[in-house]
Amino acid sequence: MLAWTIYISFLGAAAMLLLPKRSVALARAVALLTAVAGFAIALTAFVDHRTGDMLTITRVPWVPSLGIEYRLAADGISLTLVLLTGIIAVTGVLFSWDIADRTKEFFAFYLLLIGAVYGVFLSYDVFLLFVFYEIVIIPKYFLIAIWGSTRREYGAMKLALYSFVGSAMVLIGLVAAYVAAGAKTTSLADLAQFPFSPHFQMLAFPLVFVGFAILAGLWPFHTWAPTGHVAAPTAASMLLAGVVMKLGAYGCLRVAMTLFPLGLGPWGHHILGLGSWRDVFALLAVIGIVYGAMVALVQRDFKFVIGYSSVSHMGFILLGLMTLNQIGLSGAVLQMYSHGILAGLLFAVVGRMVYARTHTRELVALGPMNLNQALPFAAVTFVIAGMAAMGLPGFSGFVAELMILIGVWRAYPLLAICVGVGIVVGVVYIWRAMQKAFFPEARAESTPPPPPLPPISFPERLGAIILICASVLVGIYPQVLLNIIVPALNSPLFEGLRKGSWQ
Amino acid sequence: MNPINYAQLLQLALPEVIVVVTALIVMALDLVFLRNRPARFRFIVAASLASLGCATAIARILLAPAPANILDGTLIANPLTHLVQIALLALTILALLISVDSTFTEHVGEFVLLILMATAGMMFLVASQDLLVIFISLELLSLSLYTLAAFSKRSLQSWEAAIKYYLFGGMSAAFLLFGFSLLYGFSNSTSLPDIAAAIHGSALNPFLAIAIVTTAIGLGFKIAAAPFHFWAPDVYQGAPAPSAAFIASGSKVASFFIFFQIVAIGFAGAGGTATIPHLNRGWIPVLALMAAASMLLGNLVAIRQTSLRRLLAYSAIAHAGYMLLAIVAHTQQGLAALLYYVFTYALATLGAFAVIAVVEAQKGSDELSHFDGLSRQAPVLSFSLAIFILSLAGIPPLAGFFGKFYLFVTVLASTPRTVDLLWLVVLAIAMSAVSLYYYLRVLKAMYVAPPPPDAKEFHSPILSQILVAVLAAAVILLGCAPQLLLKPILAAIQASGL
Repeated sequence: MLAWTIYISFLGAAAMLLLPKRSVALARAVALLTAVAGFAIALTAFVDHRTGDMLTITRVPWVPSLGIEYRLAADGISLTLVLLTGIIAVTGVLFSWDIADRTKEFFAFYLLLIGAVYGVFLSYDVFLLFVFYEIVIIPKYFLIAIWGSTRREYGAMKLALYSFVGSAMVLIGLVAAYVAAGAKTTSLADLAQFPFSPHFQMLAFPLVFVGFAILAGLWPFHTWAPTGHVAAPTAASMLLAGVVMKLGAYGCLRVAMTLFPLGLGPWGHHILGLGSWRDVFALLAVIGIVYGAMVALVQRDFKFVIGYSSVSHMGFILLGLMTLNQIGLSGAVLQMYSHGILAGLLFAVVGRMVYARTHTRELVALGPMNLNQALPFAAVTFVIAGMAAMGLPGFSGFVAELMILIGVWRAYPLLAICVGVGIVVGVVYIWRAMQKAFFPEARAESTPPPPPLPPISFPERLGAIILICASVLVGIYPQVLLNIIVPALNSPLFEGLRKGSWQ
Repeated sequence: MNPINYAQLLQLALPEVIVVVTALIVMALDLVFLRNRPARFRFIVAASLASLGCATAIARILLAPAPANILDGTLIANPLTHLVQIALLALTILALLISVDSTFTEHVGEFVLLILMATAGMMFLVASQDLLVIFISLELLSLSLYTLAAFSKRSLQSWEAAIKYYLFGGMSAAFLLFGFSLLYGFSNSTSLPDIAAAIHGSALNPFLAIAIVTTAIGLGFKIAAAPFHFWAPDVYQGAPAPSAAFIASGSKVASFFIFFQIVAIGFAGAGGTATIPHLNRGWIPVLALMAAASMLLGNLVAIRQTSLRRLLAYSAIAHAGYMLLAIVAHTQQGLAALLYYVFTYALATLGAFAVIAVVEAQKGSDELSHFDGLSRQAPVLSFSLAIFILSLAGIPPLAGFFGKFYLFVTVLASTPRTVDLLWLVVLAIAMSAVSLYYYLRVLKAMYVAPPPPDAKEFHSPILSQILVAVLAAAVILLGCAPQLLLKPILAAIQASGL
């Protein structure tokens, strides 16, 4: 049943092309229906499957002569992310209700992207996973290049090329691993059990890890993220920050770390105080956290603030992965969910609620518009989303970041302190953006009152409420996700990782 | 040597004979009865007759697939040659269908005759392991192609392309013949297995090295590998669209297949290695360097092109580089990967030229700017072209992706140590990441750019729409279910024991 999340999205995309010309309302309805159906399937599976261990959905031979299977499976980690994709897909449609130009094509690309994302999260065969992973690139490019704003063609091309370079690195690693394992199978479990030589793993791990991490916004390969997010239309920013960046992080965990666990081990010598790839990537992740927050602090464009905050928050995920202890890894997966929801919400406020009405994102220009009175709903939503993004208790971000911090404290006490700095700066940049955009100093008497803005529409309100609820729910009762994430991390798939350096 | 049984020879060559007879019938019919009819009508009649002839030849191959080997490989028939011949005939039919709507010539009969002659040449080419027959069929193919390239008599570009093609082709034929004559001098035989036996065990002396290099030059020209690629951009740009499509698809398939046969069978034992830094003398390092040069040059120069045909030409050079890797691997799997790749590549290229033909007819040129906003004027054609381009770029789930994946896997698996040829694979994957940039430019023009304000009504002929839609569907299908093509290829290779 869960496999239908993929098929239904692709069918929805195909149905878009068959709709009569200029049927905007119908296209929206079909898109919403498809997204809701996908979400419903994801939610059903999530509710039904409470143990978190591996559940095979479909398994048929695909290219028997090469041992490639069409194999879909889900464990707690996949289910969490599939659920996230469902939520973002539905709210993304709600926040693109105003797309009037080439609506059919917009939703066709949108649903194609969603279907491929579901596919990546559900694949249990590295070839299949890679296929879905690459399908994502093309719709992403078009969504930004056609419907985007500021420097959209540049942003779209940069994003597509970064993604493709990343996936090229992954492809090299996977082809080499497949051949080294005897070219008999591409099953994730079988490859994970194959004893690749430590030398091979030392070379393949950084290649594949960085390949995926480019899409997860690892510093210094993150530069596509702010430009891409800013150029993208609202729904595409939500998808990009919400789920596409998670694809990268998911690939790091699911493919790079399970296939080449020994690549995380010590080199046996130290360079600049770093003793293993694990140290290197942990350091890069921390730099990403602090750097992203610092740069967000000085942005003039509202959307760039959120764009860089994404880089900062994605750093937490990668850092959580590098702790290699259970609490850190679970925190990382939880943060994938949390950041997906919150980034979606923040981009929705900035891109749809504010920019689509004011046609400017300059913080200086937004101030005089008195947005807290003109758009009170947007202001309240941003305050809530901002609090959640700062990591205030009661929201999902708090639990996730706390778990990651504990994990880091155990693995890298020194880095934990740097992360603390990053968190403080995080509070500051959200605060600054909030104040400048929504709550400026008292306006001088002489300036004329700004023209009234169209009110926040119902779909926007609904979308915002769904996202806030999704974050609060997990913030209050994180066990709802942790109960399935932890068993998944204890499954045989991650055995190599546990045997290597699990603490 | 056995006495020659002419009846058997004729029976074995029946598919080729059918093609040639069809060519003569079409020519006669066109000249005698249809001279004064409109060109379009003549094209429809001639193309359908010729397609019928090709279909008959396919049927003949399918119905009487008896393996045979006449005169030490002068003419052979086995499942593998049959498979390649069927593919060639199918590609010919598609090229003929593309030509139906074209208006570049009134000499319909001659045009179709030349296409069929070239096809007959290709069919003999793939069905032989004898240097003489290989050379003669290669010349039959080449001479037909030179004329086809020049067929648009009113276009100076077409002339220029044909002259360049002819001059470079003549040079390369001379190289090839020189190489072949040296090989004959070694082995006293023109049969590939005999040559292999003569070469085997003897050290690589200078004459053999010259023979290897000159043969590689001659064949490298046919497949448009760098640095013997100079004709390709001009021919792709100047030749009439159906000729260019034919040159870019069918003749590539035949040339790659024979290239593989000559080096894998004829030069067996003189391979050498291409492991850096231990490049060892033999044909493998020669081809490895050719592949690397083609991948680099093709992909980097394609970035700067503004004409879609020239862009496809440079991308063809790059693809020749990828496919040469399969020859470097020279295993059974390598041959399977090569055939899968070249078949699907030919389909995508044919489709792309079919779309170009329509756009040129409507807008007058193939400049990328003329594709601006095409998706809103001709949705079917644009969508299909997007599929072909993405397949060339190697985006899953299209056929081009599986082709690349399989190719890279076989190259790595061909040596005892996985890392021996890793540098070539890394270069190929890195270059295909570069290639996405220029392929995306085409898509950007079609889908992102607005249509020009003074755009006229765009008329897409229904036949072209059906044709490209079928080709696009084939590219998607072969990508989603590679087994459909891979299984017959592997079975044929097994059965032929190459």
